[in-house]
Amino acid sequence: MASSDASPPSGFAPRLLDFADELRSEGMHVGTSELLDAFAALEHVPWTSEEDFRSALAATLAKSQEDRRVFDILFDRYFFRAVEREAVERGLTEQQLANDGGYQGDQNMIDLESLRNQIRNAVRDGSDGEMRDLARLAIAAFGREGTGSGVIGVDVQRIRRTLGLKGQSEQEMAARPDPDAVPRERLRQFERHLRRELERDMIERTEALPPARPLREFDRALPTNPLQDLAAVHRIVMQLKRRLATQGHEMRGRRRGRVVDVRRTMRSSLETGGVPLRLRYRPKRPRRPELFVLCDVSTSVTSASVFFLSVLHALHDSFRKLRSFVFVERISEVTEVFERERSFKAVSRAIATDSGVADVSGYTDYGRVWLEFYEQVIDDLDPRSTVIVLGDARTNGREPHAKAFGAIAEKASRMFWMNPEPKLYWNYGDSVMAAYEPYCDGVFECWTTKQLEGFVNALTDQRPTR
Amino acid sequence: MAAELQSVDQVKSRLGEVGYLADEPAALVSYLAAQLGKPVLVEGPAGVGKTELAKALSRATERRLIRLQCYEGLDEAKALYEWNYRKQLLRIQTEAQDAGWETVKEDIFGEEFLLARPLLTAIASEEPVVLLIDEIDKTDQEFEAMLLELLSDFQISIPELGVIEARTHPIVVLTSNNSRELTEALKRRCLYLWLDYPDAERELEIVKLHAPELPDSVARRLVEVVHMVRNLDLKKPPSIAESIDWARALLLLGAEDIDQSMLEHTMSIIVKHRTDLDVVAERVGVKLTDGLIGRQSA
Repeated sequence: MASSDASPPSGFAPRLLDFADELRSEGMHVGTSELLDAFAALEHVPWTSEEDFRSALAATLAKSQEDRRVFDILFDRYFFRAVEREAVERGLTEQQLANDGGYQGDQNMIDLESLRNQIRNAVRDGSDGEMRDLARLAIAAFGREGTGSGVIGVDVQRIRRTLGLKGQSEQEMAARPDPDAVPRERLRQFERHLRRELERDMIERTEALPPARPLREFDRALPTNPLQDLAAVHRIVMQLKRRLATQGHEMRGRRRGRVVDVRRTMRSSLETGGVPLRLRYRPKRPRRPELFVLCDVSTSVTSASVFFLSVLHALHDSFRKLRSFVFVERISEVTEVFERERSFKAVSRAIATDSGVADVSGYTDYGRVWLEFYEQVIDDLDPRSTVIVLGDARTNGREPHAKAFGAIAEKASRMFWMNPEPKLYWNYGDSVMAAYEPYCDGVFECWTTKQLEGFVNALTDQRPTR
Repeated sequence: MAAELQSVDQVKSRLGEVGYLADEPAALVSYLAAQLGKPVLVEGPAGVGKTELAKALSRATERRLIRLQCYEGLDEAKALYEWNYRKQLLRIQTEAQDAGWETVKEDIFGEEFLLARPLLTAIASEEPVVLLIDEIDKTDQEFEAMLLELLSDFQISIPELGVIEARTHPIVVLTSNNSRELTEALKRRCLYLWLDYPDAERELEIVKLHAPELPDSVARRLVEVVHMVRNLDLKKPPSIAESIDWARALLLLGAEDIDQSMLEHTMSIIVKHRTDLDVVAERVGVKLTDGLIGRQSA
């Protein structure tokens, strides 16, 4: 992408600052010290190599995997746009470059059938440069005859269809190899090239950059495949466990039964000439909290409940004192299911078929759930227990019984609510979030693992003393 | 000396010579760490070679490796330095009668009574070293805060002695399994490197490097199977070290090919949970019955 010599051009520093600004606007913490590091790092890498340039910037600016994901998206977009802007400013077009002899633009000479084969082979080999060149050829062949729809996504699909490219996942390929199919991941890569070349093309025609839009939550969200997500959920729950285990020594535990730490006592006795005046004690390990998790598995939260069940599953791996419940219209305890079945698939199957979630209508009845929960476990709740509710608080117009909910909250030490809907939708329609909110120690929207992490932070950072 | 590392490619080839095949970002970040004198924070799943990277760096630069293994409850007395109180007490007892208090006080807070722990050792070393702070995420936030002075200024303040500054510039590598979010302050002082499982080609190279006698076809097959296994949702996906172990085991057994029975007999080397074993046997073992299928998906 860079066509200049060893030293960055003079306009470069402002560009980098601009880029940092864009990173900040997406919520990354890019401080001045990070920027200084980035500049220092760029002095040591051959900055004409895109890979090195990107890695050096990433190592100094993006300090978590989450940040790295955002960084990569923005990097592509920003520097791609930067090059294009330069081209627009200088009035460079592909046509000129073609005339200069850079790239063969003789469209009539392209043999479609051989192009198809070439592309298929390139996609299979996964050679990046070749795919890019072929993407341009394909656009030249199919895309530029004034038939472009103007919407890039549509054009990409049209070209893909014309080329007869078909994606297949690795499992499918192993099961029924199709000579025409190519690996799905590679095909996506090829589509990205197509998209980018089309975008370049459009910028050239309109001589203006389309406005940059902020990344949507959707772009940044983790892959939605529950099995992939599972690893991320497990990681965050591990984090939750670790935090619950390591913090708040001083606030917990009684004074009785402390153990004298001889080493520290002797150490501190030096201040008094070797006479141990003050005893030092070993810090007391905090007791494990007891968790009660209630999970809505009704149809209104179907997509979320896979996520929630995986949260529950991960929690079960980490906490021994955990009781879990699922509910639709009525409540049923599934602690045993989780203890019996170790694999996530088996658990969700067991819950779907025989967990005894007695739902006559299939509609959630939160009020009834609270009443039943109160009846079943109220004696087990004590000031050490934490209750976590995973649900959308949509009662289908039934009585919410907020009083019963309040009584449960009163008995337990803490009450948290995780809602799979964006905050915007709360209290619209039959959602009665507002009725329950006053009794909770915290309510959270929770539909990505990122938000789950936020919940973990809230759960463990501040600890109300009640 | 730091001058040893002069370019990214050189770092890469040096690491290769000592048995660590680094990918492009890993080599680049190691190079930057040596050039800029900044610590590197390495994150990634367990068993991708985070610790190994530090060890390889120490071998490649011929520096001594000083390792601080972190764990819950690690405090500065075990990480930084500690006064050797037994010796101090003895000194007080032997000298208390005839020496004045002032001289004794002067005496017992000298370097003689200081027990250097890994961090102080690294700072005070005459020769440049590689300092590995392993699994930093296992400690608590207070410990991280204590590291800040060391990581940004390469110095340690000891109230009784004053500030001890680094005589040489150590290469510092911190590793984290990402089990908790590290503080911003710590991250700000570090370069960041995310290590992930290698792609099939690179893992094949790694396996061949460590088990060179293994037949080519078996090695390729092994890497394929390991990748298949990693794609399943397991409690503990197999690490690189485990694929190397497996390769060595197959070598010992004189395996010609990995078929279903071979996998079932030896998979306990790469899979370490009972439920995971079942999943792997069920999902991967079946595919290996017909030798051809596995090979075509390559």
